[in-house]
Amino acid sequence: MTKTPLQFRHNGRDVALFVDGGVNLLVALRELIGDMTPKFGCGQGGCGACSVLIDGELHLSCLTLAETVNGRAVETLDGLKDGPNLHPLQRAFMEQFAAQCGYCTPGMLMAAKALLDRNPSPTRAEVVEAISGNICRCTGYEPIINAVLAAATSGRARA
Amino acid sequence: MAKHRGRGIASVNYPIGMNLGGDPSQALVHSNPSGKFTVSLSSIDLGQGMKSVTRQICAETLGVPVEDVYVDTADSDTGPHCMGSFASRGTHRVGNAVMAAAKEARGVMMEAAAEELEVNAADLDTDGRGNIHVKGAPHRSISTKDVAIAAQFKQGKTISGRGIFLVPLSEVNPETGEMSPATCYAHACLVAEVEVDDETGEVAMVRMDSAYELGRALNPRLVEQQLVGGAWMGISHALFETPEPYYPDPAHGPRDFVEYLMPGPGDICPHDIAVLERPAADGPFGAKGPGEMCANPVLPAVANAIFNAVGVRMDELPITPEKVLRAIKAQGGARPQARR
Ligand code: FES
Ligand code: FES
Repeated sequence: MTKTPLQFRHNGRDVALFVDGGVNLLVALRELIGDMTPKFGCGQGGCGACSVLIDGELHLSCLTLAETVNGRAVETLDGLKDGPNLHPLQRAFMEQFAAQCGYCTPGMLMAAKALLDRNPSPTRAEVVEAISGNICRCTGYEPIINAVLAAATSGRARA
Repeated sequence: MAKHRGRGIASVNYPIGMNLGGDPSQALVHSNPSGKFTVSLSSIDLGQGMKSVTRQICAETLGVPVEDVYVDTADSDTGPHCMGSFASRGTHRVGNAVMAAAKEARGVMMEAAAEELEVNAADLDTDGRGNIHVKGAPHRSISTKDVAIAAQFKQGKTISGRGIFLVPLSEVNPETGEMSPATCYAHACLVAEVEVDDETGEVAMVRMDSAYELGRALNPRLVEQQLVGGAWMGISHALFETPEPYYPDPAHGPRDFVEYLMPGPGDICPHDIAVLERPAADGPFGAKGPGEMCANPVLPAVANAIFNAVGVRMDELPITPEKVLRAIKAQGGARPQARR
């Protein structure tokens, strides 16, 4: 099969690779780049575990052809922390006990980041809306919603 | 066409563990030369907190800081046998096994410390901060790290312990059917309030109020996390999830998350929880365990709330809009019951 050359920014770093035609971004990230933070949940857009940001917008990497991110910026959970410092969302998730098995967590964090980037003071309903494409099997969502709201509050306190 | 509110209640008496040929779990504890301890298990932590709670139990029993204990688990090649993480048995069965192993290890640790301090082991105590001292004379002390080093490099002792906790098989009396399948029971009571749309058959959760009695809550935040998440799963079982198709042919069964429905973040409701602690006589530090019981009372409470709202008795799960509508139609319309 012919391979397509592909270049994009991955968490602020330039990457160049060759992908098979039709390969999705989730596979490219996990298997070719080795970034295991986006998770494979369903491979068909139903669970949100594979959520990443492309040019700051939330996308399901399992439904995104790798070739379409050429020249664009992809952010995954792996790039969320700043060196040894966890992102306020990550700290809030820990403090609110917002993860149990943790499988949904990377996608939840990216969906939450997309929300707070465009709306730093969301209402509870806006948080619910923002994570409504993400399934969590363990937490009952409540602690996740509380964590996003807490991170928003701490962000406003710092600003 | 209207939306009707109803309230339902359910109580649960939940056996901890199971009774299939006996119910054992094992644990091993050993010290490392650094004075830290490793607990070897093969029990699974799938987010419910098995590692945290066994770590606490081990640290408390040994008398060392919780930071000094590491739990290595989930690999049945390297950990001793465990029946598994199910039947709400983890904290109770595995916790007891860890406690037994840690007790044995503590005994060796105190002997080794006694040899170093040249006193009788019975006169020693731990301070929970990583030191062992002579009772009543805290200045005559040695760190657990120095004891571990002395035991391994001078005395030639392993500071280690083995533990098993077994609830033996309870035979059924063939005459009466009597048996004692569990040694302790946890309890729950939950009130669910729902809103039923008699035009669409949809059931929306309005709120839940519950009380759970689960022995001593060894880690209250983890218990709360279990109860909040478990109740959601109860809603999911009551109203959404089924591997069975809506038609008799299994080929019509759900294949993915689009067809196998689960509630999303917009389908949950406020839930007020009270945790009651009545320590179990045979539980580790009195614990029973939240486990499966988190989800169980939600199902009958929701079914009862639906009856209270529209007067139909739903006896098949999940209670889908289609089933609710058919039942309402069969009785000739919604018949709201007296508010409770
Ligand atoms: S893996 Fe992409 S949505 Fe489930
Ligand atoms: S924490 Fe397990 S799926 Fe969300």
